[in-house]
Amino acid sequence: MCLGIPGRIIKIEDASKNLAIVDVGGVRRQVNVACIVSEERPAESCVGDWVLIHVGFAMSRINEAEAAETLRLLDELGEAQAEIEAMRLNAAGEAA
Amino acid sequence: MKYVDEFRDRAKAAILVREIELLVATMTIPEHRPLQIMEVCGGHTHSIFRYGIEGMLPKEIELVHGPGCPVCVLPIGRVDDCVSIAERPEVIFATFGDAMRVPGSNKSLMQAKADGADVRMVYSPMDALAMARGNPDREVVFFGLGFETTMPSTALTILQAEAEGITNFSVFCNHITIVPTMKAILDSPNLQLDGFLGPGHVSMVIGTAPYAFIASQYRKPMVVSGFEPLDILQSIWMVLRQIKENRAEIENQYSRIVAEHGNAPALEAVSRVYELRAFFEWRGLGSIDHSGVRLRDGYARFDAERRFAIPNVVIADPQSCQCGEVLKGVIKPWQCKVFGSGCTPETPLGALMVSSEGSCAAYYQYGGIKKHVAAE
Repeated sequence: MCLGIPGRIIKIEDASKNLAIVDVGGVRRQVNVACIVSEERPAESCVGDWVLIHVGFAMSRINEAEAAETLRLLDELGEAQAEIEAMRLNAAGEAA
Repeated sequence: MKYVDEFRDRAKAAILVREIELLVATMTIPEHRPLQIMEVCGGHTHSIFRYGIEGMLPKEIELVHGPGCPVCVLPIGRVDDCVSIAERPEVIFATFGDAMRVPGSNKSLMQAKADGADVRMVYSPMDALAMARGNPDREVVFFGLGFETTMPSTALTILQAEAEGITNFSVFCNHITIVPTMKAILDSPNLQLDGFLGPGHVSMVIGTAPYAFIASQYRKPMVVSGFEPLDILQSIWMVLRQIKENRAEIENQYSRIVAEHGNAPALEAVSRVYELRAFFEWRGLGSIDHSGVRLRDGYARFDAERRFAIPNVVIADPQSCQCGEVLKGVIKPWQCKVFGSGCTPETPLGALMVSSEGSCAAYYQYGGIKKHVAAE
């Protein structure tokens, strides 16, 4: 109920009722898209968008740039760790 | 699956665990206790147990499992009200599956169904509305349950019923709100919490601004977090950094989903359909002011509480249960007198043993008992 699942909008079924078809890991289901449409983003323009679905409603458009940024930050942490580890080993080597 | 698998990457999780270890090594830890971070949301509790996140953390950090499972905090009296509505011959009672097994004073919805009541599980409130369309001679009642995450979906379904002129559909509204709940936790005596993981999907609806008081008035750090293992580890790391740097801020780890001001169409539907109740009863926590919503007068015809006479009796939690103390983080699930003996997932006494998002059920299912043995 609270966890939600990502899916991709593949078709608008009834724009007047904000109903769309999403693909969730190969399963297709009707969802309500009222929470992600606006005057600037009418239902027709949402096909292809990744959304997070809760109890049959697309509740949020997934921000691809932010998702990539979070993962990039983690990569940077990993690189910094590797570098520090290499320095530490190198220092230990020189000391010995 | 896209946007799921990337956030379960083992190598990246190891990097974060290392960062957490490095950070903790440089921090001042309270003398007689670990640093306590509460995850408010039951979804986080579920992920923490499912991925064994507690076991990855240094011993200086303890996760306290908060009250954010709407099924778990549903009081016995409200379950009795559900059963009373469901047992009316004209009613089809539609509910999320999670709520089926919550014990009432006599029976759960599942037992009511076994006794002949027409109780049906639905995935979405829209499925309940479809049932109303398909059964014009019956009264379909949807059990509206959850924090702000599911509140808009129920509201939008009511608006859809209104638009279509459907007259045999109503909602038994038990939606609850997060901010008064957080205040109740922060005001409870003996509070030792050092920081919070903020609920990701509630925040997707309400944004991060409503939590400002947690930082400004209570000086506690909070990081709104996603639900995958990397999200939770990164959020713990961010909370620890705030503690170390003596900052108390509301930060957002889950920026791919949560915007600062939340979701405008969802909030619009919520404010159109609901108003705050003066108070709402919680299992384990008692009555909390303004912590629940009901339907506005303009939507009275969709309000099951006004359409049906319901008992609406407040019933005390079973005395043997210590759900309230577990919810507030005062005791761990295995320290409850009936954990694993009188109260198990098959025969739950307390609500925390019912839902997979309840901390007792999570401990029971994912080896908390072993930890209990090890701890003693």
